[in-house]
Amino acid sequence: MLRKTVSTTIIGSMQGFLSHRINYSISAVDVVGRELIKSRELEKDELRPLYMDFQATTPMDPRVLDAMLPYQVNYYGNPHSRTHAYGWESESAMEKARKQVADLIAADPREIVFTSGATESNNMSIKGVARFYKAKKKHVITTQTEHKCVLDSCRVLEAEGFDITYLPVKTNGLVDLQLLEETIRPETSLVSVMTVNNEIGVRQPVEEIGRICRSRNVFFHTDAAQAVGKIPINVSDWKVDLMSISGHKIYGPKGIGALYVRRRPRVRLEPLQSGGGQERGLRSGTVPTPLAVGMGAACEIAQQELEYDHRWVSMLANRLVQRIMSEIPDVVMNGDQEQRYPGCINLSFAYVEGESLLMALKDVALSSGSACTSASLEPSYVLRAIGTDEDLAHSSIRFGIGRFSTEAEVDFTAEKCIQQVKRLREMSPLWEMVQEGIDLKSIKWTQH
Amino acid sequence: MAASTRAQALSLYRLLMKESSKLPSYNFRTYALRRVRDAFRANQLIEDPNAVEKLLKLGKDNLDLIRRQVTIGQMYTTQKTVVEV
Repeated sequence: MLRKTVSTTIIGSMQGFLSHRINYSISAVDVVGRELIKSRELEKDELRPLYMDFQATTPMDPRVLDAMLPYQVNYYGNPHSRTHAYGWESESAMEKARKQVADLIAADPREIVFTSGATESNNMSIKGVARFYKAKKKHVITTQTEHKCVLDSCRVLEAEGFDITYLPVKTNGLVDLQLLEETIRPETSLVSVMTVNNEIGVRQPVEEIGRICRSRNVFFHTDAAQAVGKIPINVSDWKVDLMSISGHKIYGPKGIGALYVRRRPRVRLEPLQSGGGQERGLRSGTVPTPLAVGMGAACEIAQQELEYDHRWVSMLANRLVQRIMSEIPDVVMNGDQEQRYPGCINLSFAYVEGESLLMALKDVALSSGSACTSASLEPSYVLRAIGTDEDLAHSSIRFGIGRFSTEAEVDFTAEKCIQQVKRLREMSPLWEMVQEGIDLKSIKWTQH
Repeated sequence: MAASTRAQALSLYRLLMKESSKLPSYNFRTYALRRVRDAFRANQLIEDPNAVEKLLKLGKDNLDLIRRQVTIGQMYTTQKTVVEV
């Protein structure tokens, strides 16, 4: 009854302007609305939800844990101690890990610097390169869909007097190569474009971008946190000068990452962290041996399992998308269909509110937008950058599939999703209007 | 493959499957079972004795690894996931 009153009132008054804050789940019983999902820990006997958020983080592979434990228990020496066996064995483990990371991206071990994660690697490369070359070159180019740490580093540089261009992306999420070429100026020092986006899963044409940058003598940095170990990477073929790697995105430990810094032609960085000169002076501080060993093991496993995992993830992703799209209409996949990593699927369900759907899918651990931006109610800036309508941006969910996902989990997720979307749409007055054949774009909403 | 190595491989396979099924975590358990089965299936036609020996060694190392991880998993248990019941 409430629904009918609402719809007749809206249609009745044909003046005013469209309100952007319309709530699709308007219903007398559904009071959830726009509140954030309340955080609480699981009860003792409550079943654990399925983990479908592999872009936020990944569980540590048992093989990685197994490699790390000896270094947590017995081989606890500081790898920079030069005078005793504890130091030597720790150093040799660290160097072995360095080689494992380097082999995954076809780099030289001397080009790998261990950091505390991809955020630190991004900060180091962007601020480091920009500041080193700031005498002659004060322009940096990046895209609007980059990770928050890249955008924030650029903002800091702007405050220091640099000129930053945030390139727009096409509606499929890919960078316009022509636009990039035109934007590069003689005073550009760095271009930063991420390889695989963490929210929509699109894979940028990094080989092309590398070629353009090399021909114009500009350094090319890529945040490959979501790509390493999932797609084959060759830093020489791609002509990449700097690459950020994250440990906990490839089934390794949290708190470790790496930065690839090209030696030929040499890339110079102004170090962010000063100290005893470890890691070629670029990142001082004791390298956490157990974490480095874990990351090395994760990289080695990823290299061995790359094809197998890719086949598995692609199969599951297709299964999920086919099931959902065949059962319910008006579902949009955000981002390019072909140029993507299959394990990251971002779907927008029209006429359903994202937070309500997430709450209804409480048995599945999902996310709408990235973990670092989920605190605010604003729709993801990535979706806004690819030109998604405001209403579809609010109804987007990101499904993450990984090495350890199973068919049963995917089937359960698809089933629940279809069920809940149908239920929420039943309660939505907008859905009712669409069913009656009303074109929502033609309605002039009033403001009360 | 020689008769004795075939028997070895089969017994290794059985041990790996038995040990993997003891992993308490649903995701790790299903992965281990699937991976072991697919790895043996992929390598079943290998003839070269050196390659076979290397693979058997790899299998034994993984068996020890799984045994250790089963023990660790049983020390730190948690609730079952929604699809396990």
